[in-house]
Amino acid sequence: MSFVWTVAEHAHGELKAVSFELLARGRKLADKLGTPLAAVVIGDQVSEARMRELIERGADKVYSVQDPRLAHFVCESYARILSTLIKTYRPDIILAAATSSGRTLMPYVAVKARAGLTADCTELDIEAETGNLLQTRPAIGGNIMATIKTPNHRPQMATVRPKSSKPLPKDTSRHGEIITIPVDDGMIDTRVSVLGYRKDAADFVNLEEADIVVAGGKGMKKAEHFSLLNNLAQTLGGVVGASREAVDRGWIGYPHQIGLSGKTISPKLYIGAGISGSIQHLAGIKTSEVIVSVNNDPDANLHKIADFAIVGDAFQVLPELQRQLKLRKGRAE
Amino acid sequence: MRIIVPIKQVPETSNVKMDPVTGTVIRAGVETVVNPLDLYALEAALRLKAQHGGTVTAITMGPPPAIKALKEAVAMGCDDAVLVSDRKFGGSDTWATSYTLAQAVRKLGAYDLIIAGERATDGDTAQVGPGIASWLDIPIATYVARIGALAEGRLTLERLVEEGYQQLSVPLPALLTVVKEIAVPRLPTLRGKKAAKHCDIPVFSAENMGLDPSFLGLKGSPTKVVKIDAPKVTRGGKTVQAGDDEAVSAAVGQLIGFLEEKGLV
Ligand SMILES: Cc1cc2nc3c(=O)[nH]c(=O)nc-3n(C[C@H](O)[C@H](O)[C@H](O)COP(=O)(O)OP(=O)(O)OC[C@H]3O[C@@H](n4cnc5c(N)ncnc54)[C@H](O)[C@@H]3O)c2cc1C
Ligand SMILES: Cc1cc2nc3c(=O)[nH]c(=O)nc-3n(C[C@H](O)[C@H](O)[C@H](O)COP(=O)(O)OP(=O)(O)OC[C@H]3O[C@@H](n4cnc5c(N)ncnc54)[C@H](O)[C@@H]3O)c2cc1C
Repeated sequence: MSFVWTVAEHAHGELKAVSFELLARGRKLADKLGTPLAAVVIGDQVSEARMRELIERGADKVYSVQDPRLAHFVCESYARILSTLIKTYRPDIILAAATSSGRTLMPYVAVKARAGLTADCTELDIEAETGNLLQTRPAIGGNIMATIKTPNHRPQMATVRPKSSKPLPKDTSRHGEIITIPVDDGMIDTRVSVLGYRKDAADFVNLEEADIVVAGGKGMKKAEHFSLLNNLAQTLGGVVGASREAVDRGWIGYPHQIGLSGKTISPKLYIGAGISGSIQHLAGIKTSEVIVSVNNDPDANLHKIADFAIVGDAFQVLPELQRQLKLRKGRAE
Repeated sequence: MRIIVPIKQVPETSNVKMDPVTGTVIRAGVETVVNPLDLYALEAALRLKAQHGGTVTAITMGPPPAIKALKEAVAMGCDDAVLVSDRKFGGSDTWATSYTLAQAVRKLGAYDLIIAGERATDGDTAQVGPGIASWLDIPIATYVARIGALAEGRLTLERLVEEGYQQLSVPLPALLTVVKEIAVPRLPTLRGKKAAKHCDIPVFSAENMGLDPSFLGLKGSPTKVVKIDAPKVTRGGKTVQAGDDEAVSAAVGQLIGFLEEKGLV
């Protein structure tokens, strides 16, 4: 029996939103193929209730591989387990998130499975005549979209860009099976050890998972002016991003950098202020749902690709935007 | 400490052309550079060498003109370089590329560390680094932002992940991929340029590496690019002027209306 699989992601026992996005993708493919959809959970302390949510949001089966030694992502152990599962169950398709762990785990496993792997896909479909997976992804800094097939090898593996699809609504009437896979010492690779996590609480941001990103560039002129962006992000319920120029000037930390040598994001809303829209910056934002540009140069490149462009001074526009949003919020309360 | 740095020659990002039939990059007539993200890998390697002693070897898989990228690496301070080149490698996907590069690393003999770039700016998959590690069965740490102490054959380092920095202790040999935060790349020196002029760059081929022909090039690659489209870039958006105070207020009002329409506020 063929299968479509997704690899769930979690932190501290909670499943990440992208786990459900993957199921929405997987459900569509499984339905087209008429095969079951399974989610694989490799981790620790992911409760039965959490795993039931995977079923409620599209999975027919959940393979649960849990152990305290799997609490944090360590590529070698996770890869060993996923490879073993592939050998046992022979899935046709495996989808994982294009995140720091998914983009490490999948190529490591694909090599061992002699499988084709397509990176950072934004569209997936099934080719009607052959049943092959059609994988579409941006490449060359988002300048082209390539469609890729793996005709002669199984599984067909793909990483999927977070936020590029919406989770299915919860359906509590859905039935499914949770299969617990016992963990033995042979499945754990002890070479690498996780020492801990460091969060620069004041200056760390999870850009990839944010729905709204307010970004500033060289046009913001100094570090202090980023408070305008911080305030606006707070009002909108978003986070702050930046161009490389702003990061290189030390106005804000590297985790905020968007673009070719920074992060690739697909938020619902991206607002760029004082950012010219270089190809390298655009490479990181092209798949945003809505792009708003604030720049006093009418010919700025970002204006050209924006859904809404304001030709004006950021130091006038941003405070006014903040003021009107607050006003609106006040009215609503 | 012996460090190997795989680098890729890529077309300058601003003017890339694709062959719509084969789905491969047209290289003729396009200015090529060392993948900008590989410069961080070279810098990280050269700094480790300065700290702990040893050598840095740059290695690239590509057509003969890719020698230019290797010379640039030597000019930055690498001790030597290897070109992995053969007609048979043409059209390799990341599976076949990482196989070929891993075999080249094996042919080089003992090593302590492989440092790759985060991703190449053309293919953009970030899969070759982890792929090489998998072929060699060595531990991998991706998105490394800081390299700390080396003690008893283990490196402490920090990976930039979604939740913050993950701190790891990794035994050598291992493969790292690094992000821009790791260090500012140095420029080539005059002495380095001289060394580059005179250095001998051996060529590894399918034959002298004894590779499995069924694992090579287009034929050995599980993935096939079947279609290339240019995405629509412009969104036909709305432009409003905000020249004076009144216009600013009106423009912002319109923006909020637009965001409301989209359900974003
Ligand atoms: C290999 C490589 C990788 C790179 N990676 C990245 C990357 O990951 N991310 C990235 O962003 N860049 C990257 N770059 C750099 C990129 O080429 C640009 O230099 C950078 O994006 C420009 O940043 P910017 O838009 O903030 O600055 P600028 O291009 O200088 O633009 C500043 C803008 O602010 C506007 N402005 C000035 N004053 C005001 C005002 N009062 N109100 C409103 N607008 C104002 C100006 O009109 C201008 O358009 C990379 C470059 C290379 C070569
Ligand atoms: C439009 C397009 C889309 C593609 N999509 C896919 C895909 O989804 N899956 C797939 O398997 N293949 C894909 N390929 C093929 C892939 O680009 C090639 O296999 C390429 O040789 C390596 O991949 P990359 O450029 O993504 O490198 P990356 O994996 O992004 O490179 C990461 C690092 O590996 C090292 N490295 C990479 N290539 C070399 C090299 N030749 N020599 C030395 N070091 C190197 C460098 O350190 C580099 O920084 C695609 C090709 C094109 C043109």
